[in-house]
Amino acid sequence: MKEYRTVAQIAGPLVFVEKTEPVGYSELVNIVTADGTVKRGQVLDTSDEIVVVQVFETTAGIGRDSGIRFTGETIKMPVGKDMLGRILSGGGKPIDGGPDIVPEKRLEITGAAINPYARAPPEDFIQTGISTIDGTNTLVRGQKLPIFSASGLPHNDVALQIARQAKVPGSTEEFAVVFAAMGITREEANYFMADFEKTGALERSVVFLNLADDPAVERTITPRLALTTAEYLAFDLGYHVLVILTDMTNYCEALRQIGAAREEVPGRRGYPGYMYTDLASIYERAGIIKGVKGSVTQIPILTMPGDDITHPIPDLTGYITEGQIVVNRELHRKGIYPPINVLPSLSRLMNLGIGEGHTREDHKKVSDQLYAAYAEGNDLRGLVAIVGKDALSERDRMFLEFADLFEDRFVRQGLYEDRAIEETLDLGWDLLSTLPEEQLVRIDRELIQKYHPKYRKKAQG
Amino acid sequence: MEKTKENRTRGALKRISGPVVTAVGLDAHMYDVVKIGNEELMGEVIKIQGENIIIQVYEDTAGIRPGEPVENTGLSLAVELGPGLLTSIYDGIQRPLEVLVDRMGNFIERGVSAPGLSHEKKWEFVPTAKAGDEVKAGDILGTVQETNIVHKVMVPPRTKSARIKEISGGSFTVDETICVLEDGTEITMLQRWPVRVPRPVKEKLNPDIPLITGQRILDGLFPIAKGGTAAIPGPFGSGKTVTQQQLAKWSDAEIVVYIGCGERGNEMTEVLTEFPELEDPKTGKPLMERTVLIANTSNMPVAAREASVYTGITIAEYFRDMGYDVSLMADSTSRWAEAMREISSRLEEMPGEEGYPAYLAARLSEFYERAGRVITLNGAGGSVSVIGAVSPPGGDFSEPVTQNTLRIVKVFWALDAKLSQRRHFPAINWLNSYSLYLDSLNDWYDREVSPEWNPLRAWAMGVLQKEAELQEIVQLVGSDALPDEEQVTIEVARMIREIFLQQNAYDAVDTFCPMSKQYDMMKAIKHFADLARTAQAAGATPQQVIGIKSKNELPQIKFIKDYEPELEKILKDMEAEFDAMRAV
Repeated sequence: MKEYRTVAQIAGPLVFVEKTEPVGYSELVNIVTADGTVKRGQVLDTSDEIVVVQVFETTAGIGRDSGIRFTGETIKMPVGKDMLGRILSGGGKPIDGGPDIVPEKRLEITGAAINPYARAPPEDFIQTGISTIDGTNTLVRGQKLPIFSASGLPHNDVALQIARQAKVPGSTEEFAVVFAAMGITREEANYFMADFEKTGALERSVVFLNLADDPAVERTITPRLALTTAEYLAFDLGYHVLVILTDMTNYCEALRQIGAAREEVPGRRGYPGYMYTDLASIYERAGIIKGVKGSVTQIPILTMPGDDITHPIPDLTGYITEGQIVVNRELHRKGIYPPINVLPSLSRLMNLGIGEGHTREDHKKVSDQLYAAYAEGNDLRGLVAIVGKDALSERDRMFLEFADLFEDRFVRQGLYEDRAIEETLDLGWDLLSTLPEEQLVRIDRELIQKYHPKYRKKAQG
Repeated sequence: MEKTKENRTRGALKRISGPVVTAVGLDAHMYDVVKIGNEELMGEVIKIQGENIIIQVYEDTAGIRPGEPVENTGLSLAVELGPGLLTSIYDGIQRPLEVLVDRMGNFIERGVSAPGLSHEKKWEFVPTAKAGDEVKAGDILGTVQETNIVHKVMVPPRTKSARIKEISGGSFTVDETICVLEDGTEITMLQRWPVRVPRPVKEKLNPDIPLITGQRILDGLFPIAKGGTAAIPGPFGSGKTVTQQQLAKWSDAEIVVYIGCGERGNEMTEVLTEFPELEDPKTGKPLMERTVLIANTSNMPVAAREASVYTGITIAEYFRDMGYDVSLMADSTSRWAEAMREISSRLEEMPGEEGYPAYLAARLSEFYERAGRVITLNGAGGSVSVIGAVSPPGGDFSEPVTQNTLRIVKVFWALDAKLSQRRHFPAINWLNSYSLYLDSLNDWYDREVSPEWNPLRAWAMGVLQKEAELQEIVQLVGSDALPDEEQVTIEVARMIREIFLQQNAYDAVDTFCPMSKQYDMMKAIKHFADLARTAQAAGATPQQVIGIKSKNELPQIKFIKDYEPELEKILKDMEAEFDAMRAV
């Protein structure tokens, strides 16, 4: 392999190399520094005059005397059966002291788009045991459902609880977990690892760790390595894979950093104009393929800067993912765990995975009614702040109380409390029964007769 | 490699930067289609700068090197038009996705070309013109029963008029000659048309017929005309996709073209699996038989996304030329605009607002201008109605794509996340939405629905507007503080919202509401309001009026197919209750 010593310029994570033979776009590059260290990079722009290389590690030590080797191939991820239970770096190298991965295949990490025609519609209900997800924002196999959180909120606990409890009722198969950490602290990483070890989840996990002090640019490939692994586990080996990506905000920061170094025209808040396409190339790697056994379900986590849901990162994410679970500071302050605010939360694939044959026939109606009643109660809180509780009509007071009750009993649950979907729905009915029956306008009479506690008790008694 | 000064169709790559590449040593014109590299990836010339030909590539460019060959086909990006379009599912550059699965498996690899139409399949052509007839561009030569839709085979636009020398029926592929004109022109069932050029028409007409969608808030309050343009903006999670799918399913256009532009894969799959299963309410056949789907998901190449809306509208125009009403949905035009921005920034063009190219507004208006109700070249009437979704970042309607779209389109269906949080569906805000077609459609409603409809509509809008004002007061002082009359207004507004505006897309009956039923429902609410007013004038309290029990049965009407007897009964009960109130 030819080595060039024609570095013309180094700016941030970018190295500009001159006078090369033709170099392929997106090719993998090895950079050898004076002391013999080899750093890796990728071609971002290539022409017969200059080649721009983005370096995944720090550029410290790289100078005009460094040797540049173009490998002639794009970045590939070695994957194999023995990956489960392993801990890898954000660049895909084992860091658990174990042997190298025995590769059965070497896969392109960019991953081709699944042909929409080859996709099967996701419709298997995943029970997470969390009422606010199962009951009102149902997750289904093959979905990508991010957690929108903010600093200081327990999104990690929520993600762990999902990873711990997620199952498809009636199926004994456990999910394989692919966990990709991008720029999270060592402490957070340890927290995840300890939980994985304690629950035995590690054996069916592949962990990728890019920590806060690891090179930022490496973060741009970590989720791709993780998803390549996930796709291999799912579509080659037939596993149902749950992918947790945290924290996507750090990923986007890295993207912005590269964009700035390339002196690109920035889009909103300095993030690159192609961030939507870039994020889509990550989030879209979830789903089910017709006639293939496995599935990839994604739970990306991102922290909204300044709790702002209109910030480009949550905004663009929301346009690609199939809904979002919003973790809310106010609920957290009230001491409610999990502090999931169902109002801005949404699962777009919910209707595919609920109802008769999936969960229970009353699921949709109960969910709609809970939403509507809670939204109404929540709106009234604003009014109470102005006019006081006494000025409310009796009806309004009932809804106000419903909102409190909903938060206290439906939203609140234990860190290890695993509620079956029937429990969640019955709990919903219990709460709805505090409202007069004629206020349950979103539920058909038949279902009321069948599930409303008033009639249920009668039927039993 | 042959290189002559006159005609250099082969050149070499000089630079590769993502989906934008530069070639040299090539003669090219703007928008020529070129083949790039050893793998012959498809691309299109988008800029010419001296020797440098700048090309956007419709496929992933990883691994392509400077020095690889570039070949100019000399053709512009065109679609194949002919029998076989219906029921097809294409990517942004009209490659059938089904064929791609056969050729390269479940993932979309690159370097595979596939024609838009099957060139092997034989179609039964039945001539309607005969030898000796004088025909001109656009004239219908014969028909093919494509699905339950009759595909009309036309003389291609730009053909000189001449007498038919020979025309024969029978079984033909799209490449075989079905007709020879006296000047020697051979006509096949296949037409190629460059996507960026609108197909010609004789005349554009005024929009005075509504596109009936069966969605109460749309037909009733904010109608779109056939050949009209509408925008659905909506922050994510406000039910935009469901609304668009409802339109595709139920609007009374004969042909539906649905463009998933930068869409989610799973949602596209939902469309792909749902459409073939859906029954067309008018024919009982699968809805897919009159549908063309274009699916370019967000992770498919960005340049193909840019092309997808043009591919879609060209196909729509082709069916319009046969005399059909076509409705085209583009979801989402914001993704299309972003594709333009991405390419523009790779070209290092001077950016306009928020990084979008300065020609954003021009491109948007060119696109929407291709909608319209027309007299086709052959004298028939046809239309293309365009419904574009925009996805304003952060729900901020002041951003360039939304603003530039609103300057062009005539109907605005303002989706509202707050409404969807309250599970009010369709979550279209009745205060912010508008339709500029109302005036031109008045006559139609007078004629086809009832002369009472237009006043009824105005009344309902008035009540809703009044409610919004009153709600502000209620927020401050509570509803008891309102005058008696206004308390009833609030109740009537609630009825309009919950009975008329809310519609359940998932209910077998409520999902489509014919105009006559919309009229009956609104009339029933108005009837209650009138009775209430009379009762109040006679001294009834708001509590008494609001307490009328029989009106609570009204929402059930939505879910009953043959609702008339039930509605009549409710109205009778209502009158009886009011009578009883007066008697006390």
